[in-house]
Amino acid sequence: MSISRRRFLRWLGAAGIGSTIGKSAFAAGNKHFEGYPESYGILHDITQCVGCRSCEAACNKVNKLPVPDRPFRELSVLNEKRRTTATAYTVVNKYEVPGKKAPLFRKSQCNHCLEPACASACFVKAFKKTETGAVTYDPSVCVGCRYCMIACPFEIPAYLYDEPLAPRIMKCTMCYPRLMQGQLPACVEACPKEALTFGKREDLINIARERFRKYPGRYIDHIYGETEMGGTAWLYISSVPFSEIGMREDLGVTPAPELTAGALSAVPVVVGLWPVLLMGIYAISKRKEVIFQQELDALEEDARSRNREDI
Amino acid sequence: MPDNTMAAKKLFTPFNVVSGSIIIAGIVITIMRFTMGLDAVTNLTNDNPWGLWIGFDLLVGVALAAGGYVTSAAVYLFGMKKYHSAVRPAVLTGFLGYSLVVFALAYDVGIPWRLPYPFLIQQGTTSLLFEVAGCVALYLTVLFLEFVPAPLEWLGFKKARELAVKLTLALTVLGCVLSTLHQSSLGALFLIAPSKLHPLWYSPYLPVFFFISSIIAGLSMVIFESTLSHHYFADKMDAAHRRENEGVTLGFGKSASLVLAGYFIIKAMGIAGGNNWHLLGTSYGLWFLVELLGFVALPSFLYAVGVRNRDLKLIKWTSAWTVLGIIINRLNVSLIAFNWHLPSSQRYFPHWMEIAISVFIVTVGIVVFRFIVTRMPIFYEHPEYMDITEKTASTEAIP
Repeated sequence: MSISRRRFLRWLGAAGIGSTIGKSAFAAGNKHFEGYPESYGILHDITQCVGCRSCEAACNKVNKLPVPDRPFRELSVLNEKRRTTATAYTVVNKYEVPGKKAPLFRKSQCNHCLEPACASACFVKAFKKTETGAVTYDPSVCVGCRYCMIACPFEIPAYLYDEPLAPRIMKCTMCYPRLMQGQLPACVEACPKEALTFGKREDLINIARERFRKYPGRYIDHIYGETEMGGTAWLYISSVPFSEIGMREDLGVTPAPELTAGALSAVPVVVGLWPVLLMGIYAISKRKEVIFQQELDALEEDARSRNREDI
Repeated sequence: MPDNTMAAKKLFTPFNVVSGSIIIAGIVITIMRFTMGLDAVTNLTNDNPWGLWIGFDLLVGVALAAGGYVTSAAVYLFGMKKYHSAVRPAVLTGFLGYSLVVFALAYDVGIPWRLPYPFLIQQGTTSLLFEVAGCVALYLTVLFLEFVPAPLEWLGFKKARELAVKLTLALTVLGCVLSTLHQSSLGALFLIAPSKLHPLWYSPYLPVFFFISSIIAGLSMVIFESTLSHHYFADKMDAAHRRENEGVTLGFGKSASLVLAGYFIIKAMGIAGGNNWHLLGTSYGLWFLVELLGFVALPSFLYAVGVRNRDLKLIKWTSAWTVLGIIINRLNVSLIAFNWHLPSSQRYFPHWMEIAISVFIVTVGIVVFRFIVTRMPIFYEHPEYMDITEKTASTEAIP
């Protein structure tokens, strides 16, 4: 009995925190948002990836994207550097790293930031950070301004440029519809190696650290995505510095919304103070005119009275 | 107007031929844009989602349309009545400028009829673009109301005109508030992308830089526009306008010199704030110095010399140079120094059709400007609405 009550209270607490955190996530202040509790993520162990492109094929199928000209079996595609496009939510790239005998492969897709730049930048709230951890996109409200693409530090969102009247953003959804049905993201399910692990983000961080401990020397001691841009749902571990496999190490730990919070906070100040200031200046210039006129009148009066005296 | 009959006789003037062919080309590309998509007419890519239509049509367009709020604030709030004749041309330029910005946005955004969605459907209040959109929409309304007395005088609607004129002070204050907000927010748009914009241009002060430089743009555009108008529309101007023009050029040149000096100082502080001095030696650094020394420090100096020597010609040339500097600055932030980390193969250069649409939009602006100033009381005061004292002074100028 007491256990169930405690559990009930815990649920209530979680629900309460969950409902407040969402709103305060954007506010600049001494609060620090660490992602929705219990939200999911994916750990990409780059040392395990063999570059088979099974994840790409599965993603293409599940998201009903157009079949590419060259089949997913063809690995020569890996010789060129690719980015996510409107027809590929995920791509694997090959990196020849000096000092390593075998090439390394890295999968890229939307990292599902804890505080997404795209969602912060969107002026019609088309993006949503869901409690699952997935960042979803609603094309039915999107205006097509492409500010999300400017904002995304990972250069992920792609746009249907050849669509004249109904273009939209195309990006990985972390298989949100599948998550809702209790299924794994398609790429994770398709991975033949242990390169992709799906789970609670907090658990994944522990798994990553466990691997660091278990295999000394195999990994560099950094989980990419744990703190980058305030943290991402996708986490990466690697045997070489991340800059050598095409990942930026200069993004910092500041979540995107905080970058613009200062500028946004100036709005009420300007709206409140500018009219007071401007009307003050107006009053001063008006007053100067009145005084000038009065002095002029006084001078005239003076001259006139003197004239009268002369006569 | 005597000009009407003249224009009717001569349809194929050089102006009409050039502007006509640009407009025809513009219409063709417009049809292509809305039937084949952005892919067919632009060089935009997933890496370069914003091109010339944002960099020039939006950022430059809004900056150069700043003359409206700068001039009306100077005259109606700061009590500089001697510049009164500059208000109407400046407000008209501003109103047309903002209308064309919105017009140009319809090409760039994917689904233009959804432009009201951010206000009507879901408000993305965390976005700087929301602030820009809201302020531009409101300010366009303000500019319309500020401009409307001219067409009302033209059409002879006296009562409506009286009402519109009564709003002047409130509209001027509102215009200043809205302009401060969105001029600065256009710079703040790029605050979210510190990893993409070159550190010499990226600064937490970007909104301040954009706001201050918009004042410079506004002052210089008033001088530049009046120079052109005096060349082409001198017959439309009354004596008061011509008499005050020299004062406007000198006064605005002096202000521009001072604001440019202040802008130079805060730009230098921006380098110091980011401790980016070492970057000045790189190729981007040299380009930054060209902008800072050639298009901020130099015009500040030239304006000062021009005002001191009462050299109107120098001031006018400096205004054109400064306007060019503002264009370079906005293109630097949005295109040239943006995505500087990408290899040159992934960088953006506008498609000729993007340039053609931008030229088309500017041409539409000039044609509409010409239409309005040849018909409505812009460069002269309508005789029926003039103060009696001024009436005697300027009646000789009205044909």
